[in-house]
Amino acid sequence: MRHALALLFCALAPALALTLAPAAQAAEEQVIAGLSQSSVSITADFSGTEILVYGAVKREAPAPEGGPMRVIVTVQGPDIPVTVRRKDQRYGIWLNNASVGIDAAPSFYAVSTSAPLRQALSETEDLRHRITIPRAIRAVGISEEADNSPAFIEALLRIREKEGRYALRENSVALTEETLFRTDVMLPTNLTEGDYVVRVFLTRDGKVVDSIRRAIWVRKAGLERFLYESAHEQPLLYGLVALITAAIAGWGASALFARLRW
Amino acid sequence: MQLFLPIAEVSVNAFVLIGIGGIVGFLSGMFGVGGGFLITPLLFFIGIPPAVAVATGANQVVASSISGVLAQFKRKAVDIRMGLVLLGGGLAGSGLGIWVFAQLSAAGQVDLFVQLSYVLFLGLVGVLMLQESLRAMIRARRPGGAPVRRSHVHTWVHGMPLKMKFRASGLYISVLPPFMIGAFVGFLSAIMGVGGGFIMVPAMIYLLGMPTKVVIGTSLFQIIFTTAFTTVMHAVSSQTVDLMLALLLILGGVVGAQFGARIGVRLRADQMRVLLALLVLAVCIRVGLDLVLRPAEFYSITLGHLP
Repeated sequence: MRHALALLFCALAPALALTLAPAAQAAEEQVIAGLSQSSVSITADFSGTEILVYGAVKREAPAPEGGPMRVIVTVQGPDIPVTVRRKDQRYGIWLNNASVGIDAAPSFYAVSTSAPLRQALSETEDLRHRITIPRAIRAVGISEEADNSPAFIEALLRIREKEGRYALRENSVALTEETLFRTDVMLPTNLTEGDYVVRVFLTRDGKVVDSIRRAIWVRKAGLERFLYESAHEQPLLYGLVALITAAIAGWGASALFARLRW
Repeated sequence: MQLFLPIAEVSVNAFVLIGIGGIVGFLSGMFGVGGGFLITPLLFFIGIPPAVAVATGANQVVASSISGVLAQFKRKAVDIRMGLVLLGGGLAGSGLGIWVFAQLSAAGQVDLFVQLSYVLFLGLVGVLMLQESLRAMIRARRPGGAPVRRSHVHTWVHGMPLKMKFRASGLYISVLPPFMIGAFVGFLSAIMGVGGGFIMVPAMIYLLGMPTKVVIGTSLFQIIFTTAFTTVMHAVSSQTVDLMLALLLILGGVVGAQFGARIGVRLRADQMRVLLALLVLAVCIRVGLDLVLRPAEFYSITLGHLP
């Protein structure tokens, strides 16, 4: 009986090895990544924060032939619908004349790379994985109307870049021995609440070899959370509290100054 | 000290906010204007979203007006009866204004309309006031020419029915003109997001012939209720009142209003009107330039879908 089992195992082993082999080859370089923090609390003294994205490349075999390895890290904030308006001169004054609605534009989008972008990523791979800012925006929710008006999309990108919401930082990922990498991503003060998606891509010759996805929870906390929730869940009460606060403050200052007899 | 505001969702310096509140409160106590026409553009300037700036500005004006009106009450410079008549008109007018605002939002031209209203009314009121008060100052300075003071001038306003005695103002006039002025100001304040003191004050002086000393307290009295109404309306309909922002503005505002009220007493009435006129004109020109000058950025982003 024992012999029979051993025989069966011997017969199966090569077959198993054969079926596993192609899978192992496809992921011969795997990315492993971690974040310095997986949640961000927006409290009253919040003034932006830096997220450290770090990781390593896992290999079963020596590094393959071909171009050098590159790392691309993207951080994407929650999508929000926006309206882009254009001013034109009419009757001597500048007024909003045309507008385009965009169903979903990321409230934040940062791309960090270990090499100049065009060396690290080919156009086709960018299109497939939607990595760069213009690609990521078009991925989420451009209506037909907006797609026909590239100037509006360009304006959206330009304005948000100026606000620090969209950023492309080439050569900002430090890569050691084609194995260890790290980068700091700055989250600005004007953060929108929601889940932020962090993606890490390994590329060779502009082609994506492996990728991984992590999430950061961004939430208001403490007093911020309390005020925000009250404003939305008890709007009338909140409005009245705002009035009473104003009344007490107004009366208090008046009484105080009267007592000072100044 | 940087502070993150929960509703506006931006981080700003707390002392800048207290300072803005203080300046606006000072002017409010001095001139009897709520300061809405100043605080809203100032908040835009430091990066507060417009909707939050308008709603929270209104809340701040409530506080500084209360602080100011209490100081005026002590000097018996509030005509409560006149204030109530103006308020009655004001609420009717703002109801209509809110409806018109909704229609304009649907048409997508609110910004333009608000800006044009600012330029038109601030410009008109500023020029008229400046002209009148300068003339009064020149007349007062002429040698031997102490101005001939009539107790009040009879105009078309005095020939209307439903007369009522306004003792604090020393007037016996029809309730219709103050009611109509209140309604007109209420209408504009709903559209422009301001208390309307800068229109109310000159209207009371020049149209109703009220004494300047009573005008300020009465205007503030009326503004408290108009802006309180606006605050609650905004809190309920769009959740754009930021309590943390309001608290800091109020802190500066109530103290500023006390100082303003005291400085205001020491100024001569005509000097005060010149200063208010210049302030109104400055804001008018600032808003007007935005309309006329070629903008640096032709595009703008607003959150949310097209209406």
